[in-house]
Amino acid sequence: MQSIPRFSATFDPATLAEIRRAAATGIYDIRGAGAKRKLPNFDDLLFLGASISRYPLEGYRERCETQVVLGARHAKKPIALKIPVTIAGMSFGSLSAQAKEALGRGATLAGTSTTTGDGGMTDEERGHSAVLVYQYLPSRYGMNPDDLRRADAIEIVVGQGAKPGGGGMLLGQKISPRVAEMRTLPEGIDQRSACRHPDWTGPDDLEIKILELREITDWQKPIYVKVGASRPYYDTALAVKAGADVVVVDGMQGGTAATQDVFIEHVGIPTLAAIRPAVAALQELGMHRKVQLVVSGGIRSGADVAKALALGADAVSIGTAALVALGDNDPQYEDEYRALGTTAGAYDDWHEGRDPAGITTQDPVLAARLDPVAAGRRLANYLAVLTLEAQAIARACGKSHLHNLEPEDLAALTIEAAAMAQVPLAGTNWIPGKGAF
Amino acid sequence: MSEPHLVDLAQASVRELNAALHALPAETNERHWQVRNPGGRHALAAGLTAPVTVEIFGHAGYYCAGMNQAASVVVHGNAGTGLAENMMSGRVHVRGDASQSAGASAHGGMLLIEGNAAARCGISLKGADIVVKGGVGHLSAFMAQAGTLTVLGDAGESLGDSIYEAHLYVRGQIASLGADCIEKPMRDANRAELFGKLSEAGLAGEVDVSEFRRYGSARTLYRFHVDHAASY
Repeated sequence: MQSIPRFSATFDPATLAEIRRAAATGIYDIRGAGAKRKLPNFDDLLFLGASISRYPLEGYRERCETQVVLGARHAKKPIALKIPVTIAGMSFGSLSAQAKEALGRGATLAGTSTTTGDGGMTDEERGHSAVLVYQYLPSRYGMNPDDLRRADAIEIVVGQGAKPGGGGMLLGQKISPRVAEMRTLPEGIDQRSACRHPDWTGPDDLEIKILELREITDWQKPIYVKVGASRPYYDTALAVKAGADVVVVDGMQGGTAATQDVFIEHVGIPTLAAIRPAVAALQELGMHRKVQLVVSGGIRSGADVAKALALGADAVSIGTAALVALGDNDPQYEDEYRALGTTAGAYDDWHEGRDPAGITTQDPVLAARLDPVAAGRRLANYLAVLTLEAQAIARACGKSHLHNLEPEDLAALTIEAAAMAQVPLAGTNWIPGKGAF
Repeated sequence: MSEPHLVDLAQASVRELNAALHALPAETNERHWQVRNPGGRHALAAGLTAPVTVEIFGHAGYYCAGMNQAASVVVHGNAGTGLAENMMSGRVHVRGDASQSAGASAHGGMLLIEGNAAARCGISLKGADIVVKGGVGHLSAFMAQAGTLTVLGDAGESLGDSIYEAHLYVRGQIASLGADCIEKPMRDANRAELFGKLSEAGLAGEVDVSEFRRYGSARTLYRFHVDHAASY
């Protein structure tokens, strides 16, 4: 009798294919987006809702507020947003000008902010974004003090969740004449950008850098510090000590325009695991709610928003989900995704600049497919749904503001999630690492 | 010329100094400022936009003249880390030495350092011109994209590592060149460029352009390739 062919769990078909690909090409796999592996995430948490001891708010009668103020610690002009969901930093270069405009339009309709990226600020995105956060990155591509002054806030990027410790990357296909000019690079080269800032190293320098940025902008603008989730407790404490108004912690599900797959999947920790340590650092310093915490990386629904806030975040930020709302990976282009060797929903070769949806490209023909007005409307709709969903959950928990959600409203479905989010395993009073069952 | 405006940092704060300088319109008549007792304070004369001259008598801390536009800043002393970082235009002149990352990411203008500059001078340079009368430390002009770095003295290890299109001119010895940085022939156009920068720095006639060697990008790292893996 013949036995059934047996695949190795270690050398599974995907692993074998990657070994063959590496052997054939001699280059690591580069792709866009965030971690694709299965990770403990917000789906592993549940809200408890109301009961005899907790009474809910009337769904369509009693208000559940959603506004948030960012940056009141030191800035003369803090940012006031209608909803606690912002648009994460994404560059013109990685995205088309139309996509950047659509993000600005959608965010503005929804009453929230959008963010520049590695490569500087375009007039289009400034013009279409009522509240625009200007990223200050290691590469300093397109870094301009005039743009610093016309931004509404400044985000010092130390790292991002997809690649804590990695610099930016933009391959030649996307270094169009306009992108090259903005970044002072030769056209069509594979851009390597720095992973460390050129003029500061470590927390003591960061404090002086923040002072310089405040001096240059006359203490008007909120200053955020963004880190990839790796050591969120220490990074948050050090950012606060350095004088940040806002700390942004980006988990490993957070996307990138282009990075090595091995980096995306193996460096950094999940968003779920990053929130409580960051909140603990703020609480120990007496700074929770004074320095705002923005959490990003894999936020998809109003439930995710509510869970992140319940764990102590002041706001969340979305990137990948916003691109999907614009039209990224839309099945209407399935034939073209197939021609690229992939399928709608799995397309992640954003660095190649051949996006059928016209979002992650600099090809003028492809980019023209995205109508910035219609796409902006879709993003605004999606942001409204995230907010309504989060409000529905918060009212069920009896909260008159999304910020009143708390860890006590949550239970965990898995032991991992219970340990990471520091909420009890459902049906028990057990928080792993926090005492006996 | 009218009397210079004097700001004594033993009395006034850096905030007061910078706020007064930022408030100046481009057509201001208050064109000459003097700063006493800087005491190594940080962000002195950072973010200027008016075409004024600010003289600092003493040592400056980090980010002196950071992001300078149009102004002329003179430090009669030494300067700390990140001198004239991201300068867009104007002129910054240090009579003494400069610490690390002088002229980092500077897009335009002229940075003149009469003494030595430490490591990473001209890192990520994006179009400004830097002239150092002494030597520069290791990894100077790292990933320098555009502009010029002229060194009358010696350069430390890994000069011009991962350089893009900046032009490097060095008169003294070089400890080593960084990845993808090579010596290039001095052509007439280069001699003219170098002479122009030296003249702008006020050094015309003091040094001979024929004593300099030129360094720049071999452009072998402009495309990812497996055979260059050891260089990345």
